[in-house]
Amino acid sequence: MILTVIFAILFYVAVALFSIGIVRKIVIYSKTPQPLKIPTTPAPTTKAGVVWRLFKEVTVFQSLFKANKWIWIFGWLFHFGLLLVLLRHLRYFTEPVWFWVNWLQPFGKYAGFAMVVGLLGLWARRFLVDRIRYISSPSDHLMLLLLIAIGSSGLVMTFVSHTDVVALKSFVLGLMYFDLQILPDTLALLIHLALVIVLLIIFPISKLLHAPGMFFSPTRNQVDNVREQRHVAGWSAKP
Amino acid sequence: MAADIQAPPFREYPTIPVIVENSMAHSKPYVAKPAHQESVGFPGELVENWQEVAVAKLGELVSGSRALQVFLDTCVKCGACTDKCHYYLGTQDPNNMPVARQDLLRKVYRRHYTFAGKYFPKLVGAVDFDEEVRDQWYSYFHQCSQCRRCSVFCPYGIDTAEISMAGREVLDAIGVGQKYSNEILGKVHVVGNNLGLPKPALVNTLEGLEEDIKDDTGVDVRVPVDQKNADVLLITPSADFFAEPHIDGLIGYAKVFHQAGISWTLSSYASEAANFSMFIGSKDNLKKVAMRIRDAALDLGVKRIVVGECGHAWRVAYSFWNTLIGPFDFLDPKYPAPQHICEVTYDLIQRGALRLNKEANDHRRITFHDSCNVARASRMGNIPGGQFLIPREILKACANHFYDMAPETIHENTFCCGGGGGLLTDDLMELRVKGALPRMEALAQVVQEYDVDTLVAICAICKTQFAKVLPYYNFQMNMITSLHQIVGDAIQLDTTH
Repeated sequence: MILTVIFAILFYVAVALFSIGIVRKIVIYSKTPQPLKIPTTPAPTTKAGVVWRLFKEVTVFQSLFKANKWIWIFGWLFHFGLLLVLLRHLRYFTEPVWFWVNWLQPFGKYAGFAMVVGLLGLWARRFLVDRIRYISSPSDHLMLLLLIAIGSSGLVMTFVSHTDVVALKSFVLGLMYFDLQILPDTLALLIHLALVIVLLIIFPISKLLHAPGMFFSPTRNQVDNVREQRHVAGWSAKP
Repeated sequence: MAADIQAPPFREYPTIPVIVENSMAHSKPYVAKPAHQESVGFPGELVENWQEVAVAKLGELVSGSRALQVFLDTCVKCGACTDKCHYYLGTQDPNNMPVARQDLLRKVYRRHYTFAGKYFPKLVGAVDFDEEVRDQWYSYFHQCSQCRRCSVFCPYGIDTAEISMAGREVLDAIGVGQKYSNEILGKVHVVGNNLGLPKPALVNTLEGLEEDIKDDTGVDVRVPVDQKNADVLLITPSADFFAEPHIDGLIGYAKVFHQAGISWTLSSYASEAANFSMFIGSKDNLKKVAMRIRDAALDLGVKRIVVGECGHAWRVAYSFWNTLIGPFDFLDPKYPAPQHICEVTYDLIQRGALRLNKEANDHRRITFHDSCNVARASRMGNIPGGQFLIPREILKACANHFYDMAPETIHENTFCCGGGGGLLTDDLMELRVKGALPRMEALAQVVQEYDVDTLVAICAICKTQFAKVLPYYNFQMNMITSLHQIVGDAIQLDTTH
């Protein structure tokens, strides 16, 4: 019971810090003016074009694909795997489970491997490539370690030593509806959840801000139409 | 050619060089003298409380720029940019990898403005702004030509140019400016051009130029200055007035206007397209220099503003003018404001208004160097990528032998000439020679395959830089040619008017 209470409190705190931190950053990004037009050209000349450009960046990592195929394949494996895994996890938050989450279930299970393989590839590069070794701080290594540990502990529960998912689900739903239920005390699960809590807390104060940040990057989200439409903001709006 | 500077050897295969730490730590441009600093509004020498001033200035810059705000937060150190900078490829100094260059600033920002950097500096690599870091900034922010090649490949579009501009602005704010850029800016404010060429000298030079054209062609082609009520005000880099090969480009513009029957003029008050304020990130100077052009246009009563061949000037004109000195509601709305000289020439060619004889350029085998600021920070024409299409179409309309360099080295992937961003100064010669390596390798390939003997550019800095560094790579320095020289040579003057 004591474990359940501790984890429940930590989850509430972590989700609060995560949400407040991200919202705060998004507010800062949107309120900070971009005084000049600086899209990296060739750039779209319409808003719809910008949406398409960002869509390609988010879904297939277009710029990264141009830059480096190794980073792209590992990065994309990780992110796409993570997406499927996260969607699969919706089954623990919904009752009844949405039909398409059920469809995803088999893919989501194996996507965990793609995710961890991608992460291991990215981590290997931090040791093997001299340029990337040079730019890596301790936090860059720890971030990968954290994600790998979360992924592996999840895979252990899916494929090696199962946890009581029914009890887990009632714990999660209990958190959502403020009706506390006992958390199963399987070691792999406790590690998995503790690390997720750490991830939620550090998200808004770390480089994981690239997730919201990329939508605000002026070199990617500005329309190339400055001759037709005068742009002013911040200092450039002052006479 | 300085004997002690060696060009790096061409790489046999396109391998990524290994890092050699601190190999360019000694490279530093001359520091601006107090008079130069003060002429552009900065403290004359290092201020007493420089650490505080620098940190405060950095905070001010970040809170006023969404780009900096996002770029400093979002880098994940993926390494995509690490082999994209020509200065890294040419020097192997790891601080010339875009991400490492950004980190020089990011680590100070983190230390003072982020939770992780304040409480766990070692973990995230945050440091105070001390003398060592200040020296690194001065050295490595003057090893970035702000060419934006890294921003093409970054998954978040992080543009190191924005970072190096901010870094230089902070350095200026504490009194440690760069002599080359700040001295030149001072001249623009007082005289109106980078060269400090006063009106009588300018008029004299242009009269001489008219005589030269007459001697060459037998036709009276005018190069007018301060002609009220001309249709077009031409704003061109002052190097076009007498540097080689720039001046042949100016002759080309004059021939285009002449044959098309467009009345045009230069301005002695705004006799400079370049705006070095961008290199040092100074918004006040940026606006002040640009404002001379608006004033000149209004004073002369022109209907259009056309910009000559200059890379960063075209970025400032295309991307910033409407913001800084617009709206251009006093100009003829039928034409884009401003318009690039290549857009003008291309339109005239499309309309059949120019009589061109391609055979006049048959002695040349031509390739084209996309200048970084034109390629990645502006546009020509109506469609994205028009800045690549238009100059090439002009060349193909004026010459029979045109060959592009390798695709990974042109268009948006183009490599900087090695002298952009305020680095075109003799005190940075080693950097300029080494930074030209990737472009020279691509050039060597078309020289070998197609016997290319003419390297065309549309940027005053590129032209000067190439004229200087080509010999280091065993090419003829006169390979470098203005695009409008090719046009001018193809124009058949005697059959018109």
